[in-house]
Amino acid sequence: MDKIAVKVDDLTVAYNYKPVLWDIDLEIPEGVLMAIVGPNGAGKSTLIKSILGILKPIAGSVTIYGKSYEKQRKLVAYVPQKGSVDWDFPTTALDVVMMGTYGSLGWIKRPGQKEKKSALEALEKVGMLAFKSRQISQLSGGQQQRIFLARALVQNASIYFMDEPFQGVDATTEIAIINILKELRKAGKTVIVVHHDLQTVPEYFDWVTFLNVKKIATGPVKDIFNDDNLTKTYGINYQVSIQE
Amino acid sequence: MNSAQIEIQLIASLVAIACAIPGTFLVLRKMAMISDAISHAILPGIVIGFFVTQDLNSPVLILLAALTGIITVVLVEYIQKTGLVKEDTAIGLVFPALFSIGVILIAKNANDVHLDVDAVLLGELAFAPFDRLLIGGTDVGPKSLWVIGSILLVTISLLILFFKELKVSTFDTGLSASLGFSPAIIHYGLMSVSSVTTVGAFDAVGAILVVALMIAPAASAYLLTTDLKKMLALAISFGVFSAVFGYWVAHWLDASIAGSITTMLGIVFLLVYLFAPSKGIIAVMYRERQQRTEVSLLTFLLHLKNHEELEERHVNHLYEHINWQKVRARSVLDLAQKNNMILIEKNIVSLTKKGNEFTSKAIDYIITNEDSQIEDMKDDFFLFRG
Repeated sequence: MDKIAVKVDDLTVAYNYKPVLWDIDLEIPEGVLMAIVGPNGAGKSTLIKSILGILKPIAGSVTIYGKSYEKQRKLVAYVPQKGSVDWDFPTTALDVVMMGTYGSLGWIKRPGQKEKKSALEALEKVGMLAFKSRQISQLSGGQQQRIFLARALVQNASIYFMDEPFQGVDATTEIAIINILKELRKAGKTVIVVHHDLQTVPEYFDWVTFLNVKKIATGPVKDIFNDDNLTKTYGINYQVSIQE
Repeated sequence: MNSAQIEIQLIASLVAIACAIPGTFLVLRKMAMISDAISHAILPGIVIGFFVTQDLNSPVLILLAALTGIITVVLVEYIQKTGLVKEDTAIGLVFPALFSIGVILIAKNANDVHLDVDAVLLGELAFAPFDRLLIGGTDVGPKSLWVIGSILLVTISLLILFFKELKVSTFDTGLSASLGFSPAIIHYGLMSVSSVTTVGAFDAVGAILVVALMIAPAASAYLLTTDLKKMLALAISFGVFSAVFGYWVAHWLDASIAGSITTMLGIVFLLVYLFAPSKGIIAVMYRERQQRTEVSLLTFLLHLKNHEELEERHVNHLYEHINWQKVRARSVLDLAQKNNMILIEKNIVSLTKKGNEFTSKAIDYIITNEDSQIEDMKDDFFLFRG
């Protein structure tokens, strides 16, 4: 197997002493496009947030290419759930994308022409250049998600974490986003996506992790995306037809 | 204008600027009420600080009192984290408790403390010029001017240095944390600045006006702009305008300065609330009316498109068929005619080429709901402008 991009060891996370993730061991190889699937409350977002140091686990550790997240921040880009921010915030699409460059700038230093140029390039890549000066509340749900994707692209990272990037977007945007994700994988990046729509897993992803508080299974979609694992994860007799 | 008047206006303006800066971020973070909590809860800090230093403008007193502000925030967050009560309830529990301790301390020591409850609530801006700062025997101006001036200088420096960090952590906490800009550090930094500003402004304008100066200018600015820097600039302008104008209103009416400034802040907000170009009440009402008319127009055009029969398209039958009142039907008919979308011949209405195309396009959009098609429609139509 290739290099391991993300390694999670014995990770346990609790809210008010109630575990939402229990003893997770996970190895994500470099260069996969991976879906994290599981029912509501399975801890999918929590897993991503714990890997990124946004939530503090009560036990376990996470490494990115063998080192702690704090040391590898610049290798990682994160797209939060669209609903987690206030879209009435007084700012423009371009400005939101520029925020992706803040990490490499560090404290105090301000973004300049170079940062603006890469933000404009990212906007073009997601087909949103024409909207660069638009106030973000004036964008549709799909457009807002594209802006978030552009913000992650601008970070020029090796590993991308995305929390439900397809939620509330139109079909065109969904295809545009998945094409960009596939391009990233082609360029050797690792992409990890919290995903809801089980039907599209075989079509979009090559790697999958089943999660329901505990890790159920992880591996290549063609090997482990089956009724057995789905039933273990969702607790009911789950049947999806997998296209060959 | 005598020098005391100039000094009062200068102090009021500096207080307004110092309040508008943290206030803008409090409003954007939906934490307006925390400024109310801080402004009341610092009272025991001020009283105890006064026992220790015997000087209302001492930096030690300001830091002691600001510490009470931080304690308030910590207590509110602690109570809220237990999950037993919500944030607003936690605020409502913490600050009256601390404020009442302050009130009791003042009452118990009323004889030796140069503080009373009226001054605490409304400030003593009119007396500010009497308390002078002497350096080597030379009078360099009122003490409160120097106090608020120093606080403002620190606030502006922090704003310039950490503007980017404040912006990203206010807009997107998750991203901010993942990029390494600890939201907790920025949060407590903002709380500290708010607390220090509140204490510095307290002596001049009191516990109630401080809240108004933090929230009202920022709330007014929020309705007028979609740019954070412009929002800050507008909030500062509204604050200074209200401070200066409020002072003169107080002068003409021979009334409380603090009360007049607060009233001005309220009037400014009311005017913006009514007349703001896109978010104001009048603009919103106009837009809704326009959208209603457009929906009617579209319904009417669609009716024409779907019905070839002459009787369905006879002017007099329209009222019955679409089930509209005459006035409304008339105005829709006029609107369609004005835009060359329909033709009326011998009382029979028919779509023109333009009307036909327009209807197809609109229906297409409504059915597919695709972003790409909506863009050029937005220019013609309120209906599609979100």
